[in-house]
Amino acid sequence: MNLEAEALTGGFAQPVFNAQDIFRMVMDGMARPGTLKQVAVDIDPPAPLGRAAGALALTLCDQDTPVWLSAGIARSAVPGWLAFHTGAPQTREKAEARFAFGEVGLALSSFGLFATGSQEYPDRSATLVLEISNLETGSPLTLTGPGIAGSTVVRPQGLPESFLRLWAENRTLFPRGIDVVLAAGSDFLCLPRTTKITVKEN
Amino acid sequence: MDAAKEIENGRAGRKRVAGLLAAALIEELEVAYGQLASPPEVQSVRGPETGLVMVRGRIGGGGAPFNLGEVTVSRATVRLASGVIGHAHALGTDRRKARLAAIFDALWQEDGQKEFVERALLWPIAVRLADEERLKAEETAATRVDFFTMVRGED
Amino acid sequence: MYVAVKGGEAAIANAHRLLADRRRGDRSLPAITIDQIVAQLALAVDRVMAEASLYDRELAALAIAQARGDMIEAIFILRAYRTTLPRLGTSEPLDTAAMQIERRISATYKDLPGGQLLGPTFDYTHRLLDPALLADAPVDEPLRRAADTGPVTRVSEILREEGLIEPDGELPPDHVTADLTREPLDFPMTRDLRLQALARGDEGFLLALGYSTQRGYGRTHPFAGEIRIGEVEVELDVPELGFAVSLGRIQVTECQMVNQFHGSAKAPPQFTRGYGLVFGQSERKAMAVALVDRALRAEELGEDIVAPAQDEEFVISHSDNVQATGFVEHLKLPHYVDFQAELDLVRRMRREFEEARRASINPEAPREAAE
Repeated sequence: MNLEAEALTGGFAQPVFNAQDIFRMVMDGMARPGTLKQVAVDIDPPAPLGRAAGALALTLCDQDTPVWLSAGIARSAVPGWLAFHTGAPQTREKAEARFAFGEVGLALSSFGLFATGSQEYPDRSATLVLEISNLETGSPLTLTGPGIAGSTVVRPQGLPESFLRLWAENRTLFPRGIDVVLAAGSDFLCLPRTTKITVKEN
Repeated sequence: MDAAKEIENGRAGRKRVAGLLAAALIEELEVAYGQLASPPEVQSVRGPETGLVMVRGRIGGGGAPFNLGEVTVSRATVRLASGVIGHAHALGTDRRKARLAAIFDALWQEDGQKEFVERALLWPIAVRLADEERLKAEETAATRVDFFTMVRGED
Repeated sequence: MYVAVKGGEAAIANAHRLLADRRRGDRSLPAITIDQIVAQLALAVDRVMAEASLYDRELAALAIAQARGDMIEAIFILRAYRTTLPRLGTSEPLDTAAMQIERRISATYKDLPGGQLLGPTFDYTHRLLDPALLADAPVDEPLRRAADTGPVTRVSEILREEGLIEPDGELPPDHVTADLTREPLDFPMTRDLRLQALARGDEGFLLALGYSTQRGYGRTHPFAGEIRIGEVEVELDVPELGFAVSLGRIQVTECQMVNQFHGSAKAPPQFTRGYGLVFGQSERKAMAVALVDRALRAEELGEDIVAPAQDEEFVISHSDNVQATGFVEHLKLPHYVDFQAELDLVRRMRREFEEARRASINPEAPREAAE
């Protein structure tokens, strides 16, 4: 398949209904942090974007949401695919982005350059969708906070090394801060800024 | 012809086709579609769908841009069995028109069909547009004021 | 406090059924078609498109029919419809210099390149009711005359060559074009945002404000430098193609007001400008917008703000007739509880007032006797 065709095909077959389904999943996922969600909608985003990350992009991004892409994604057919299916403008400035997509193995030194909103409008912040290896075989992390009865355990494999430190910093900004979605293939889970993450003691 | 020039000419060609297809009447598209030897096998890639485009003007006519208001626009993207992709965008809410226009945009890119699309569709549209434009210009020209000076006094 | 009151469903349903009946009117008459409205009430359609801020003749005509000709109701309906559609993009800025002219006049130059083209104007008609329209008498075809082709120079360009008029109106290079449909209004605002608000503003309100500046409330000494009506191409940059394509043509009206300016120690004397651009054929509106645009530049040009038309917050906050009608008409909605509270308050104050009055007339009378 040539680059053009790759960029134009593989979107939602039924844009309205598919986007509604995915939106519902993200909404539930944000309300119940750490819950594993599986995207069943048949889409085919260009590599390295996984199916879940692609479905989230098609659902959430539009004309009014500048999108930041990590270097590996920006080099692929993804920018054209996003432009065609969502109309979202691509930005190189993290601070302008409403949504950001990072590929597997992305080295993250800071969340600080992404918009964290203001005290008056904490919603004017970025949501980072981070592709990792999988959500099942990593070392266990305990999540607590709003939307979680007691605590829950997640096992993301391939988180950036700095992630837990960055997340702790992010939590100190509340009500400002970024929200994160961890995606792996067809699966994703949500980590809103309210969620506290600790390494599970065995 | 060097490569850059070839790309430039290719773009100018696509742009001309897109402009004529956007200006097509649904009847013109239907008639040409009916004349196809066999209806092409078409897969929808996006749409047809209707949305809005924000139209911009410029302050003072040539200054900084500002948002004037929106227009309804219908668009479609289709793929032929050969893999060729056609796009269409046109003012209004006629999604059938957008789909047919996208099909003809794709057919125009196929060597075997280009001549037919030019002759049966694009040429008649171009002729109609030129006629309409000339008629309007001539009707307007008839309302042009010819000033003449009244001679007053003796010298 | 809001208290929900239920009831009235049947009355509402019956009222809507009655509305549909009255809208249709006498069944022995043919129903008016949307095509007829587009073709024969074209300027009503244009007004609805301009103030709804949505260019689509068929939808505007449908809104007029649905609203029984109530223009603000039609504008409201079309505005509501536009919120149901996704935005696909932003056009390239229109090039009004490349307009296919249907009318073009200047009050500042008699002989100008391209000439004075009257077009289909009401000017110079006698404003006498025409009984011929009652009988659907045949209408003559328009006359034709050989036309010049090619773009028609803007009058502002003629003055510009002499350096006697300010430029078209630039904003800082890093300025992001503002959009009132995306961000809430904030004052003070930039001129691009004001022009967007004025383009969708109520024609009557803007007309009155423009008139007020002529009568001395913020005088700007305007001349109609140029008014042009015609069709311009709308182009959209399509990322998947990599270039801009034409979407078709829309009709717009553009007014360039030329206004006096005395200059200052810093600025040489030159004319200033007000600009109006409006969807459709809408000359009065474009002129009013240009007058108000110029008046609202008072602060930028170092003029005293002394009149309503120069007060940005006053003008822009009250120019939108959908907002205005919403707030005025909401007074029809039940305010039973609010009113009961006020009624109790007035009764109590009245009682106290009467008691105080009686006490002052007859200081010895015991209070109980007064009750």
